[in-house]
Amino acid sequence: MNNNNHLSSSSLTIRLRNLRKWMIALFILVIFIWSMLGLDYQGFQSTSKVVSLSILKGFMHPDWAYVYLPEGEDLLRELLETLVISILGTFVSAILCIPFAFWAAANMSRLRLFPGMGKFTLSVIRVFPEMIVAILFIKAVGPGSFAGVLALGVHSIGMLAKLFSETIEGIDPGPQEALIACGATRLQTIRFAVIPQVIPQFLSYSLYRFEINIRSATTLGLVGAGGIGTPLIFALQVRNWNRVGVILLGIVLLVVVTDFISSRLRRRII
Amino acid sequence: MIELRQVSKTFPNGTVGLKDINLNIQTGEFVVIVGLSGAGKSTLLRSINRLSDVTSGDIQIDGQSITSASGSKLRSIRRNIGMIFQSFNLIKRTTVLNNVLSGRVGYHSTLRTLFGSFPKRDVEIALTALERVNIREKAYIRADQLSGGQQQRVSIARALAQEATIILADEPVASLDPLTTRQVMDDLQRINRELNITTIVNLHFIDLARDYATRIIGLRAGEVVFDGSVHEATDEKLAEIYGRPVKADELLDSSRDMQGVGVV
Amino acid sequence: MKSDTNLADSTPIPSISPSSNYLITNGLGNTKRSKRIATWMLFIVIIVVCSIYIDVTPYQLFVGLPEMGVLLKEMFPPDWSYLPTIWAPMLQTIKIAVAGTILGAIPAIPAALFSANNITPNKWLSLPIRTLLNLVRTVPDLLFAAIFVAVFGIGPFAGMLALLFFSFGIIAKLTYESLEAIDPGPLEAMTAVGANRIQIIVFGVIPQALPAFISYLLYTFEINIRAATVLGFVGAGGIGLLLNQSLGLFRYDRAATIIILTLAVVLIIDYTSTSIRRKLL
Repeated sequence: MNNNNHLSSSSLTIRLRNLRKWMIALFILVIFIWSMLGLDYQGFQSTSKVVSLSILKGFMHPDWAYVYLPEGEDLLRELLETLVISILGTFVSAILCIPFAFWAAANMSRLRLFPGMGKFTLSVIRVFPEMIVAILFIKAVGPGSFAGVLALGVHSIGMLAKLFSETIEGIDPGPQEALIACGATRLQTIRFAVIPQVIPQFLSYSLYRFEINIRSATTLGLVGAGGIGTPLIFALQVRNWNRVGVILLGIVLLVVVTDFISSRLRRRII
Repeated sequence: MIELRQVSKTFPNGTVGLKDINLNIQTGEFVVIVGLSGAGKSTLLRSINRLSDVTSGDIQIDGQSITSASGSKLRSIRRNIGMIFQSFNLIKRTTVLNNVLSGRVGYHSTLRTLFGSFPKRDVEIALTALERVNIREKAYIRADQLSGGQQQRVSIARALAQEATIILADEPVASLDPLTTRQVMDDLQRINRELNITTIVNLHFIDLARDYATRIIGLRAGEVVFDGSVHEATDEKLAEIYGRPVKADELLDSSRDMQGVGVV
Repeated sequence: MKSDTNLADSTPIPSISPSSNYLITNGLGNTKRSKRIATWMLFIVIIVVCSIYIDVTPYQLFVGLPEMGVLLKEMFPPDWSYLPTIWAPMLQTIKIAVAGTILGAIPAIPAALFSANNITPNKWLSLPIRTLLNLVRTVPDLLFAAIFVAVFGIGPFAGMLALLFFSFGIIAKLTYESLEAIDPGPLEAMTAVGANRIQIIVFGVIPQALPAFISYLLYTFEINIRAATVLGFVGAGGIGLLLNQSLGLFRYDRAATIIILTLAVVLIIDYTSTSIRRKLL
């Protein structure tokens, strides 16, 4: 009897769990239908087929002449600019985020409120979509690669400083104690006992962020913040598909090559 | 000279760490503190250089009160006290020499040391310190590539480079094997004798304490229950400190023949 | 009783000749040190050359910072009366993100199953799919959007398609990695009782991988909601179009309203999504 009772109650929980599963699935379905209704899809436009075909044709025959033009403004130089923007943007954010990281690291201050405020600030920075940061900088300092560098530099702080502060929180506290016992000041303790422990991880995270930034840098130009995105949006507007094809090829190559180099470097550092 | 006057320490959770400690430790003494774990050995040692604060009482180092010092005064007192830890507390990713040099930071302004460059004289002091513990040839090797015993010698060298007049060693041999234990204790003893550095060591092993100490202090529940020479620290007295007869695991080796191997 | 013990001057151990030893070890240390200094110098040179190349210098920052202040001043106070107007585009932004994420997640399931080596041992099938996934992930979402706008015309559909491709790439990649990490025990047990491949996947693989899959779906949704807010800049629907317009008309107070609403929406979605993800894993 007892056994039977136990069985029925467990089957009830299973049934409840199943019900919950179905409810969640139904909820997702409803949200999905709701979202699809708002997208006013007008079907393939009459031009879509022609456009798709010409895109394919364009991709098959990339505009190789654009790769290098003697007078400049060519694919190679724009890709180089994109690369440079992401290098500088990563560099700026790696420098800027160090104070933020120490601010947010729980083991770097005796108060509990102080690192909490730092963590909150970082999550506020992370909420800002990258492109909005870029647009604001374009409005402030004008279009161009400077706005792009600033956008990457400021936006990356949110993620990078969070990772940095977690690294700081994970270090061995022993060396700091040893330095304090030697009569070191606070800054000396950080310089000799904290920095050497965190530098490799900092570098590795910065490279990782660089890989993300190179992807972002390719789109910054779409809103006017310099790099390969600018000629891409021009080529798209005039439907020069051969040029779009060669630019996309260039972007894919740039991302693949920098990813490869960066991940090799990261493996060597750690 | 180190003087402790009515030093007491109560932890925030109410645990009594130290209770009314009065001690005078003369220059050049080799003091070993023994007691059960939790008896307050570590707390006592760490309050001498104020890595942990005492609740009441006064500790004077060469006539200067460390309990009331702060800022640069506190740092300059600490500079004269070297500390050796059970877990070595080396900066593992950097060279042995840099670890030893980090003992010199107290002598220089923050700004100067931030770039990590030390005067040539400091490098010489560091290398001489390494020579004293017989690992000078390891100076440019990364600290994490050394064995435990060698790492502990690096931390002794760091204390020497500090040109400290006092060395505090908190369970310096607890993570070492018996052979290297002897070597490290020999190093400490030699430094104590040759440079006349006051040495205070926390030890778990009673026989080691008897072999190296000039004076033994027994702690029990935060109180000094024994303070005397090695000859006075008989088995009966030690049994009093521990509240029970000394057990085998509190002896490094029951037969003394290991000692001959230890001194190389 | 300050000690005058000076170790440098105190008697060195006589057996070793300190000077010669010093030279040898110091020389060894010097090569390592100089190598490290050279690396850092190279790094600094790269940074300097980079900043000269695209004319991004600290001087520009010095000049540009006050302009940042001017912009901020014009943004406040935000124009709250604009809020009712932007409500509908904001909802459309969310819809684009939801539809794009879910539609991208559906094809990601077979793609992940076919790329996981422990489920699809056939290299000729898994390798091309993995390559495709890697290629898809190199193209940023906004680029997809710009292309789809050209093909399908201006509107949210192009934006949704862009997020679909982008989500497909991420979710499939993350899912096949976690598929490869599942416990092989249940799969072996099912093979032993004679289950076929489909049965193994449905009863052995999916229950193990489902929480991770949903967690990646939510994570991608968090990324997509941020992306969806700027899709309008290339004409792919959502709130970005209005933001672009307000900025173009120098209505920074309106732009501020849009940005604040966007941040609020992102914050709420982030918070909800992360707390669900924490429960799942």
